[in-house]
Amino acid sequence: MCLAIPAKVLEVEGDRAKVDYGGVVREVNVSLIEKPQLGQYVIVHAGYAIQVMDAAEAEETLDLFRQILEFEDSGDERIDA
Amino acid sequence: MFKLRDRETAEKILEKISGTDIHLTLMHVCGTHQDTLVRFGLQKRLEEANVDIRQGPGCPVCVTIPQEIDEIMALARAGKIITAFGDALKVPGTQGSLFSAKSEGADVRIVYGIDDAVGIARKEKDREVVFFAIGFETTAPTTAAALISEPPDNFRVLSTHRIMPPALRAIAEMGEIKLDGLIQPGHVSTIIGTRPYTFLSRDFGIPQVVAGFEPLDLLMAVFMIARQVKSGKAEVQNEYSRVVREEGNPKALAVLDRAFERADVAWRGFPVIPGSRLDLRSEFDKWDARKTYSDIIAEVDYSADVEEKGCICGRLLRGLGAPEDCPLFGRKCTPDKPVGPCMVSREGSCNISFKYGKLKNL
Ligand code: SF4
Repeated sequence: MCLAIPAKVLEVEGDRAKVDYGGVVREVNVSLIEKPQLGQYVIVHAGYAIQVMDAAEAEETLDLFRQILEFEDSGDERIDA
Repeated sequence: MFKLRDRETAEKILEKISGTDIHLTLMHVCGTHQDTLVRFGLQKRLEEANVDIRQGPGCPVCVTIPQEIDEIMALARAGKIITAFGDALKVPGTQGSLFSAKSEGADVRIVYGIDDAVGIARKEKDREVVFFAIGFETTAPTTAAALISEPPDNFRVLSTHRIMPPALRAIAEMGEIKLDGLIQPGHVSTIIGTRPYTFLSRDFGIPQVVAGFEPLDLLMAVFMIARQVKSGKAEVQNEYSRVVREEGNPKALAVLDRAFERADVAWRGFPVIPGSRLDLRSEFDKWDARKTYSDIIAEVDYSADVEEKGCICGRLLRGLGAPEDCPLFGRKCTPDKPVGPCMVSREGSCNISFKYGKLKNL
Protein backbone atom coordinates (compact mmCIF):
# COMPACT_ATOMS: atom_id res chain seq x y z
CA MET A 1 0.00 0.00 0.00
CA CYS A 2 3.01 2.27 0.39
CA LEU A 3 3.68 1.62 -3.25
CA ALA A 4 4.34 4.98 -4.85
CA ILE A 5 5.29 5.59 -8.42
CA PRO A 6 7.26 8.35 -10.17
CA ALA A 7 5.35 10.33 -12.78
CA LYS A 8 6.22 13.35 -14.89
CA VAL A 9 4.27 16.56 -14.34
CA LEU A 10 2.54 17.77 -17.53
CA GLU A 11 0.14 20.43 -16.25
CA VAL A 12 -0.65 22.05 -12.91
CA GLU A 13 -3.86 23.81 -12.00
CA GLY A 14 -4.38 24.68 -8.36
CA ASP A 15 -4.25 21.49 -6.30
CA ARG A 16 -4.57 19.23 -9.33
CA ALA A 17 -1.92 18.18 -11.82
CA LYS A 18 -1.85 16.00 -14.92
CA VAL A 19 1.00 13.53 -14.72
CA ASP A 20 2.45 10.97 -17.10
CA TYR A 21 3.40 7.47 -15.93
CA GLY A 22 5.42 6.53 -18.99
CA GLY A 23 2.46 6.86 -21.37
CA VAL A 24 -0.53 6.69 -19.05
CA VAL A 25 -1.80 10.15 -18.12
CA ARG A 26 -3.69 10.66 -14.84
CA GLU A 27 -4.81 13.52 -12.69
CA VAL A 28 -3.33 13.68 -9.20
CA ASN A 29 -3.69 15.87 -6.12
CA VAL A 30 -0.61 18.01 -5.45
CA SER A 31 -1.77 19.73 -2.26
CA LEU A 32 0.77 17.85 -0.13
CA ILE A 33 3.82 19.24 -1.93
CA GLU A 34 5.12 22.66 -2.92
CA LYS A 35 3.89 23.55 -6.39
CA PRO A 36 5.81 21.31 -8.84
CA GLN A 37 7.44 22.57 -12.04
CA LEU A 38 6.42 21.17 -15.39
CA GLY A 39 8.71 18.31 -16.40
CA GLN A 40 9.59 17.43 -12.81
CA TYR A 41 9.03 13.91 -11.54
CA VAL A 42 6.75 13.47 -8.55
CA ILE A 43 6.22 10.36 -6.43
CA VAL A 44 2.51 9.48 -6.44
CA HIS A 45 0.69 7.47 -3.78
CA ALA A 46 -3.08 6.85 -3.58
CA GLY A 47 -3.79 9.72 -5.95
CA TYR A 48 -1.55 12.26 -4.21
CA ALA A 49 1.93 13.46 -5.09
CA ILE A 50 3.93 13.02 -1.89
CA GLN A 51 7.32 14.35 -2.98
CA VAL A 52 9.23 15.81 -5.88
CA MET A 53 12.02 13.55 -7.06
CA ASP A 54 15.50 15.02 -7.21
CA ALA A 55 16.38 14.28 -10.84
CA ALA A 56 20.08 14.99 -10.44
CA GLU A 57 20.33 12.56 -7.53
CA ALA A 58 18.29 9.98 -9.44
CA GLU A 59 20.65 10.19 -12.41
CA GLU A 60 23.66 9.88 -10.16
CA THR A 61 22.47 7.03 -7.94
CA LEU A 62 24.03 4.24 -9.97
CA ASP A 63 27.29 6.15 -10.39
CA LEU A 64 27.31 6.81 -6.68
CA PHE A 65 26.88 3.08 -5.95
CA ARG A 66 29.75 2.26 -8.26
CA GLN A 67 31.93 4.88 -6.60
CA ILE A 68 31.24 3.50 -3.15
CA LEU A 69 32.09 0.00 -4.35
CA GLU A 70 35.25 1.16 -6.07
CA PHE A 71 36.28 3.15 -3.07
CA GLU A 72 36.05 -0.05 -1.08
CA ASP A 73 38.23 -1.78 -3.62
CA SER A 74 40.92 0.81 -3.21
CA GLY A 75 41.81 -0.34 0.28
CA ASP A 76 39.78 -1.71 3.13
CA GLU A 77 41.45 0.22 5.91
CA ARG A 78 40.15 3.45 4.42
CA ILE A 79 36.50 2.45 4.47
CA ASP A 80 35.53 4.55 7.38
CA ALA A 81 37.82 7.48 6.80
CA MET B 1 15.81 7.13 -16.15
CA PHE B 2 16.13 4.70 -13.27
CA LYS B 3 18.59 1.98 -14.14
CA LEU B 4 18.72 0.32 -10.80
CA ARG B 5 18.45 -3.27 -11.92
CA ASP B 6 21.95 -3.55 -13.34
CA ARG B 7 22.97 -7.17 -12.79
CA GLU B 8 26.69 -6.59 -12.82
CA THR B 9 26.49 -4.01 -10.06
CA ALA B 10 24.13 -6.30 -8.12
CA GLU B 11 26.66 -9.14 -8.25
CA LYS B 12 29.39 -6.79 -7.16
CA ILE B 13 27.42 -5.60 -4.13
CA LEU B 14 26.55 -9.20 -3.21
CA GLU B 15 30.21 -10.09 -3.42
CA LYS B 16 31.07 -7.20 -1.12
CA ILE B 17 28.41 -8.28 1.36
CA SER B 18 29.73 -11.86 1.40
CA GLY B 19 33.21 -10.44 1.77
CA THR B 20 32.35 -8.76 5.06
CA ASP B 21 32.10 -12.28 6.48
CA ILE B 22 29.54 -11.46 9.16
CA HIS B 23 26.15 -12.93 9.83
CA LEU B 24 23.39 -10.32 9.84
CA THR B 25 19.79 -10.46 11.00
CA LEU B 26 17.94 -7.52 9.49
CA MET B 27 14.38 -6.28 9.49
CA HIS B 28 12.52 -4.10 7.04
CA VAL B 29 8.95 -2.89 7.48
CA CYS B 30 7.55 -2.50 4.00
CA GLY B 31 5.50 -4.71 1.70
CA THR B 32 7.09 -3.17 -1.37
CA HIS B 33 10.57 -3.99 -0.02
CA GLN B 34 9.43 -7.55 0.59
CA ASP B 35 8.07 -7.74 -2.94
CA THR B 36 11.39 -6.62 -4.44
CA LEU B 37 13.38 -8.97 -2.19
CA VAL B 38 11.35 -12.02 -3.12
CA ARG B 39 10.46 -11.19 -6.73
CA PHE B 40 14.06 -10.69 -7.76
CA GLY B 41 15.35 -13.61 -5.70
CA LEU B 42 17.40 -11.26 -3.51
CA GLN B 43 16.27 -12.80 -0.27
CA LYS B 44 17.74 -16.14 -1.29
CA ARG B 45 20.97 -14.64 -2.58
CA LEU B 46 21.36 -12.67 0.63
CA GLU B 47 20.74 -15.79 2.70
CA GLU B 48 23.65 -17.38 0.88
CA ALA B 49 25.68 -14.34 1.87
CA ASN B 50 24.70 -14.88 5.54
CA VAL B 51 22.11 -12.11 5.62
CA ASP B 52 18.70 -12.98 6.98
CA ILE B 53 16.01 -10.35 6.28
CA ARG B 54 12.52 -10.40 7.81
CA GLN B 55 9.58 -8.18 7.03
CA GLY B 56 8.34 -7.18 10.49
CA PRO B 57 5.12 -5.16 10.89
CA GLY B 58 5.37 -3.54 7.45
CA CYS B 59 1.93 -4.37 6.13
CA PRO B 60 -0.86 -1.97 7.11
CA VAL B 61 -3.68 -4.39 6.40
CA CYS B 62 -1.93 -7.17 8.36
CA VAL B 63 -1.34 -5.14 11.52
CA THR B 64 -4.94 -3.90 11.67
CA ILE B 65 -6.69 -5.74 14.48
CA PRO B 66 -9.88 -7.78 13.97
CA GLN B 67 -11.89 -5.32 16.09
CA GLU B 68 -11.13 -2.52 13.63
CA ILE B 69 -12.47 -4.75 10.86
CA ASP B 70 -15.50 -5.40 13.08
CA GLU B 71 -16.06 -1.65 13.37
CA ILE B 72 -16.21 -1.15 9.61
CA MET B 73 -18.30 -4.35 9.25
CA ALA B 74 -20.85 -2.96 11.71
CA LEU B 75 -21.12 0.18 9.59
CA ALA B 76 -21.43 -1.87 6.39
CA ARG B 77 -24.26 -3.89 7.92
CA ALA B 78 -25.94 -0.70 9.11
CA GLY B 79 -26.35 0.32 5.46
CA LYS B 80 -23.54 2.85 5.04
CA ILE B 81 -21.63 2.92 1.78
CA ILE B 82 -18.17 1.62 2.63
CA THR B 83 -15.21 2.72 0.56
CA ALA B 84 -11.89 0.95 1.04
CA PHE B 85 -8.63 -0.03 -0.62
CA GLY B 86 -8.97 -3.39 -2.38
CA ASP B 87 -6.42 -4.97 -0.07
CA ALA B 88 -8.64 -4.40 2.97
CA LEU B 89 -11.65 -6.31 1.69
CA LYS B 90 -10.68 -9.89 2.47
CA VAL B 91 -9.18 -9.34 5.91
CA PRO B 92 -11.30 -11.20 8.43
CA GLY B 93 -12.57 -9.63 11.62
CA THR B 94 -14.44 -11.72 14.15
CA GLN B 95 -17.60 -11.60 11.99
CA GLY B 96 -16.20 -12.18 8.52
CA SER B 97 -14.70 -9.69 6.08
CA LEU B 98 -15.94 -6.72 4.06
CA PHE B 99 -15.84 -9.09 1.12
CA SER B 100 -18.31 -11.42 2.81
CA ALA B 101 -20.46 -8.43 3.84
CA LYS B 102 -20.51 -7.36 0.20
CA SER B 103 -21.66 -10.77 -0.94
CA GLU B 104 -24.44 -10.53 1.64
CA GLY B 105 -25.57 -7.30 0.01
CA ALA B 106 -23.67 -4.56 1.82
CA ASP B 107 -22.59 -1.62 -0.35
CA VAL B 108 -18.79 -1.93 -0.33
CA ARG B 109 -16.80 -0.13 -3.00
CA ILE B 110 -13.11 -0.31 -3.80
CA VAL B 111 -11.35 3.01 -4.25
CA TYR B 112 -7.84 3.88 -5.31
CA GLY B 113 -7.55 6.87 -2.98
CA ILE B 114 -9.60 8.96 -0.59
CA ASP B 115 -10.47 11.54 -3.26
CA ASP B 116 -12.49 8.84 -5.04
CA ALA B 117 -14.37 8.18 -1.79
CA VAL B 118 -15.14 11.88 -1.37
CA GLY B 119 -16.34 11.89 -4.99
CA ILE B 120 -18.77 9.06 -4.19
CA ALA B 121 -20.08 11.03 -1.19
CA ARG B 122 -20.70 14.06 -3.38
CA LYS B 123 -22.69 11.94 -5.82
CA GLU B 124 -24.63 9.87 -3.28
CA LYS B 125 -26.02 12.87 -1.41
CA ASP B 126 -28.74 10.89 0.37
CA ARG B 127 -26.43 8.18 1.67
CA GLU B 128 -23.63 8.19 4.20
CA VAL B 129 -20.23 7.22 2.86
CA VAL B 130 -17.47 5.87 5.13
CA PHE B 131 -13.83 5.72 4.05
CA PHE B 132 -11.94 2.90 5.78
CA ALA B 133 -8.61 4.65 6.25
CA ILE B 134 -5.75 2.17 6.42
CA GLY B 135 -2.07 2.86 5.99
CA PHE B 136 1.09 4.23 7.51
CA GLU B 137 2.58 7.71 7.27
CA THR B 138 2.67 7.47 3.47
CA THR B 139 -1.10 7.25 3.22
CA ALA B 140 -2.29 9.16 6.30
CA PRO B 141 -1.48 12.63 4.86
CA THR B 142 -3.87 11.95 1.96
CA THR B 143 -6.68 11.32 4.47
CA ALA B 144 -5.64 14.44 6.38
CA ALA B 145 -5.63 16.54 3.21
CA ALA B 146 -9.14 15.37 2.30
CA LEU B 147 -10.45 16.19 5.80
CA ILE B 148 -8.91 19.65 5.77
CA SER B 149 -10.48 20.46 2.42
CA GLU B 150 -13.96 20.17 3.95
CA PRO B 151 -15.53 17.01 2.53
CA PRO B 152 -19.34 16.86 2.32
CA ASP B 153 -21.39 16.30 5.50
CA ASN B 154 -22.39 12.77 4.49
CA PHE B 155 -18.72 11.71 4.40
CA ARG B 156 -17.01 9.87 7.29
CA VAL B 157 -13.56 8.50 8.02
CA LEU B 158 -12.86 5.43 10.15
CA SER B 159 -9.17 5.78 10.87
CA THR B 160 -6.86 2.85 11.49
CA HIS B 161 -3.83 4.83 10.30
CA ARG B 162 -0.73 3.83 12.19
CA ILE B 163 2.74 5.26 12.52
CA MET B 164 5.90 3.22 12.35
CA PRO B 165 8.42 4.55 14.92
CA PRO B 166 6.42 3.45 18.01
CA ALA B 167 6.15 -0.09 16.57
CA LEU B 168 9.90 -0.16 15.96
CA ARG B 169 10.40 0.93 19.55
CA ALA B 170 8.13 -1.91 20.69
CA ILE B 171 10.20 -4.44 18.72
CA ALA B 172 13.46 -3.08 20.13
CA GLU B 173 12.07 -3.08 23.68
CA MET B 174 10.53 -6.55 23.49
CA GLY B 175 13.95 -7.90 22.51
CA GLU B 176 12.57 -11.14 21.02
CA ILE B 177 14.78 -10.70 17.99
CA LYS B 178 18.33 -9.42 18.03
CA LEU B 179 18.52 -7.01 15.12
CA ASP B 180 21.83 -6.13 13.49
CA GLY B 181 20.15 -3.52 11.36
CA LEU B 182 16.91 -1.98 10.14
CA ILE B 183 16.07 -1.13 6.55
CA GLN B 184 13.66 1.77 6.83
CA PRO B 185 10.76 2.23 4.41
CA GLY B 186 11.40 4.74 1.64
CA HIS B 187 7.91 6.11 1.28
CA VAL B 188 7.06 6.37 4.97
CA SER B 189 10.38 8.21 5.25
CA THR B 190 9.45 10.44 2.31
CA ILE B 191 6.89 11.93 4.68
CA ILE B 192 8.57 11.71 8.10
CA GLY B 193 12.23 12.09 7.06
CA THR B 194 15.13 10.33 8.73
CA ARG B 195 15.12 11.95 12.20
CA PRO B 196 12.27 9.97 13.81
CA TYR B 197 14.45 6.82 13.60
CA THR B 198 17.47 8.30 15.41
CA PHE B 199 16.48 6.92 18.82
CA LEU B 200 16.82 3.36 17.55
CA SER B 201 20.50 3.89 16.80
CA ARG B 202 21.18 6.05 19.85
CA ASP B 203 19.28 4.05 22.50
CA PHE B 204 19.37 0.55 21.03
CA GLY B 205 22.57 0.62 18.97
CA ILE B 206 20.83 -0.44 15.74
CA PRO B 207 22.37 0.61 12.40
CA GLN B 208 19.72 1.86 9.95
CA VAL B 209 19.45 2.70 6.29
CA VAL B 210 16.45 4.28 4.57
CA ALA B 211 16.09 2.48 1.24
CA GLY B 212 14.36 2.78 -2.12
CA PHE B 213 12.56 -0.05 -3.89
CA GLU B 214 14.71 -1.17 -6.79
CA PRO B 215 16.86 -4.29 -6.37
CA LEU B 216 20.06 -2.26 -6.22
CA ASP B 217 18.57 0.07 -3.60
CA LEU B 218 17.99 -2.85 -1.25
CA LEU B 219 21.32 -4.52 -1.89
CA MET B 220 23.07 -1.22 -1.32
CA ALA B 221 21.14 -0.71 1.93
CA VAL B 222 22.25 -4.14 3.18
CA PHE B 223 25.82 -3.32 2.22
CA MET B 224 25.65 0.04 4.04
CA ILE B 225 24.37 -1.70 7.17
CA ALA B 226 27.12 -4.33 6.92
CA ARG B 227 29.65 -1.54 6.71
CA GLN B 228 28.23 0.12 9.83
CA VAL B 229 28.26 -3.17 11.73
CA LYS B 230 31.81 -3.88 10.70
CA SER B 231 33.04 -0.50 11.83
CA GLY B 232 31.04 -0.60 15.07
CA LYS B 233 28.80 2.30 14.08
CA ALA B 234 25.06 2.74 14.55
CA GLU B 235 23.46 5.64 12.72
CA VAL B 236 20.70 6.47 10.25
CA GLN B 237 21.91 6.60 6.66
CA ASN B 238 19.85 7.50 3.63
CA GLU B 239 20.24 5.41 0.50
CA TYR B 240 17.05 6.84 -1.10
CA SER B 241 18.27 10.42 -1.24
CA ARG B 242 16.67 10.96 -4.64
CA VAL B 243 13.33 11.13 -2.81
CA VAL B 244 13.86 11.19 0.97
CA ARG B 245 15.10 14.35 2.69
CA GLU B 246 16.27 14.51 6.29
CA GLU B 247 13.29 16.67 7.27
CA GLY B 248 10.80 14.60 5.25
CA ASN B 249 7.93 16.48 3.62
CA PRO B 250 7.17 19.43 5.94
CA LYS B 251 3.97 20.37 4.13
CA ALA B 252 2.54 16.86 4.45
CA LEU B 253 3.65 16.67 8.09
CA ALA B 254 1.85 19.93 8.88
CA VAL B 255 -1.35 18.65 7.25
CA LEU B 256 -1.03 15.37 9.15
CA ASP B 257 -0.59 17.15 12.45
CA ARG B 258 -3.58 19.40 11.83
CA ALA B 259 -5.98 16.53 11.27
CA PHE B 260 -4.72 13.82 13.60
CA GLU B 261 -3.71 13.16 17.16
CA ARG B 262 -2.05 10.04 18.49
CA ALA B 263 -3.92 7.27 20.25
CA ASP B 264 -2.91 3.97 21.82
CA VAL B 265 -3.82 0.84 19.90
CA ALA B 266 -2.84 -2.82 19.67
CA TRP B 267 -1.30 -4.10 16.44
CA ARG B 268 -1.87 -7.64 15.28
CA GLY B 269 0.78 -9.74 16.98
CA PHE B 270 1.59 -6.90 19.39
CA PRO B 271 0.19 -5.60 22.66
CA VAL B 272 -1.07 -2.00 22.81
CA ILE B 273 1.58 0.31 21.37
CA PRO B 274 1.35 3.77 22.94
CA GLY B 275 0.73 6.66 20.54
CA SER B 276 0.75 4.49 17.43
CA ARG B 277 -2.65 5.23 15.85
CA LEU B 278 -3.73 8.47 14.23
CA ASP B 279 -7.23 9.44 15.34
CA LEU B 280 -9.10 12.50 14.09
CA ARG B 281 -8.74 15.64 16.18
CA SER B 282 -11.97 16.89 17.76
CA GLU B 283 -12.16 19.72 15.23
CA PHE B 284 -13.05 17.01 12.69
CA ASP B 285 -15.65 15.24 14.86
CA LYS B 286 -18.44 15.54 12.32
CA TRP B 287 -16.48 13.40 9.86
CA ASP B 288 -15.24 10.94 12.48
CA ALA B 289 -17.06 7.61 12.10
CA ARG B 290 -16.08 6.48 15.62
CA LYS B 291 -17.70 9.60 17.13
CA THR B 292 -20.78 9.98 14.92
CA TYR B 293 -21.63 6.27 14.85
CA SER B 294 -20.61 5.44 18.41
CA ASP B 295 -23.98 3.70 18.93
CA ILE B 296 -23.38 1.30 16.03
CA ILE B 297 -19.73 0.70 16.84
CA ALA B 298 -20.58 0.07 20.50
CA GLU B 299 -21.51 -3.52 19.60
CA VAL B 300 -17.88 -4.42 18.78
CA ASP B 301 -16.32 -6.76 21.31
CA TYR B 302 -12.81 -5.54 21.99
CA SER B 303 -11.95 -8.38 24.35
CA ALA B 304 -12.17 -11.17 21.78
CA ASP B 305 -8.93 -12.84 20.78
CA VAL B 306 -9.34 -14.24 17.33
CA GLU B 307 -5.99 -15.34 15.93
CA GLU B 308 -6.84 -18.27 13.66
CA LYS B 309 -5.62 -21.59 14.99
CA GLY B 310 -2.22 -22.47 13.62
CA CYS B 311 -1.69 -19.10 11.92
CA ILE B 312 1.66 -17.54 12.83
CA CYS B 313 1.00 -14.21 11.10
CA GLY B 314 1.29 -12.36 14.43
CA ARG B 315 4.77 -13.82 14.99
CA LEU B 316 5.82 -13.02 11.43
CA LEU B 317 4.83 -9.40 12.02
CA ARG B 318 7.27 -9.33 14.94
CA GLY B 319 10.00 -10.65 12.67
CA LEU B 320 9.97 -14.16 14.10
CA GLY B 321 10.27 -16.80 11.41
CA ALA B 322 9.27 -17.04 7.77
CA PRO B 323 5.98 -17.91 6.02
CA GLU B 324 7.37 -21.33 5.14
CA ASP B 325 7.55 -22.09 8.87
CA CYS B 326 3.75 -22.05 9.01
CA PRO B 327 2.26 -25.53 8.59
CA LEU B 328 -0.75 -24.04 6.79
CA PHE B 329 1.30 -22.08 4.22
CA GLY B 330 0.36 -23.09 0.68
CA ARG B 331 -1.77 -25.95 1.96
CA LYS B 332 -4.78 -24.80 3.94
CA CYS B 333 -3.81 -21.16 3.43
CA THR B 334 -3.53 -19.64 -0.06
CA PRO B 335 -4.40 -16.21 -1.51
CA ASP B 336 -7.73 -17.63 -2.75
CA LYS B 337 -8.57 -19.04 0.66
CA PRO B 338 -6.49 -17.02 3.10
CA VAL B 339 -6.49 -18.04 6.75
CA GLY B 340 -4.62 -15.01 8.10
CA PRO B 341 -4.09 -11.42 6.93
CA CYS B 342 -0.44 -12.09 5.99
CA MET B 343 -1.87 -14.15 3.11
CA VAL B 344 -4.64 -11.66 2.29
CA SER B 345 -2.70 -8.51 1.64
CA ARG B 346 -0.50 -8.03 -1.38
CA GLU B 347 1.94 -6.60 1.13
CA GLY B 348 1.80 -9.59 3.45
CA SER B 349 4.86 -11.82 3.59
CA CYS B 350 2.84 -15.04 3.12
CA ASN B 351 1.09 -13.63 0.06
CA ILE B 352 4.36 -12.46 -1.48
CA SER B 353 6.17 -15.74 -0.80
CA PHE B 354 3.28 -17.72 -2.24
CA LYS B 355 3.02 -15.50 -5.32
CA TYR B 356 6.65 -15.78 -6.34
CA GLY B 357 7.13 -19.29 -5.04
CA LYS B 358 10.60 -18.21 -3.93
CA LEU B 359 11.84 -19.86 -7.09
CA LYS B 360 13.30 -17.15 -9.22
CA ASN B 361 16.88 -16.15 -8.92
CA LEU B 362 18.46 -12.84 -9.67
S1 SF4 C 1 0.44 -18.92 5.73
FE1 SF4 C 1 -1.64 -18.28 6.30
S2 SF4 C 1 -2.02 -19.31 8.23
FE2 SF4 C 1 0.20 -19.35 7.91
S3 SF4 C 1 0.96 -17.50 8.89
FE3 SF4 C 1 0.60 -16.96 6.79
S4 SF4 C 1 -1.48 -16.12 6.85
FE4 SF4 C 1 -1.24 -17.27 8.74
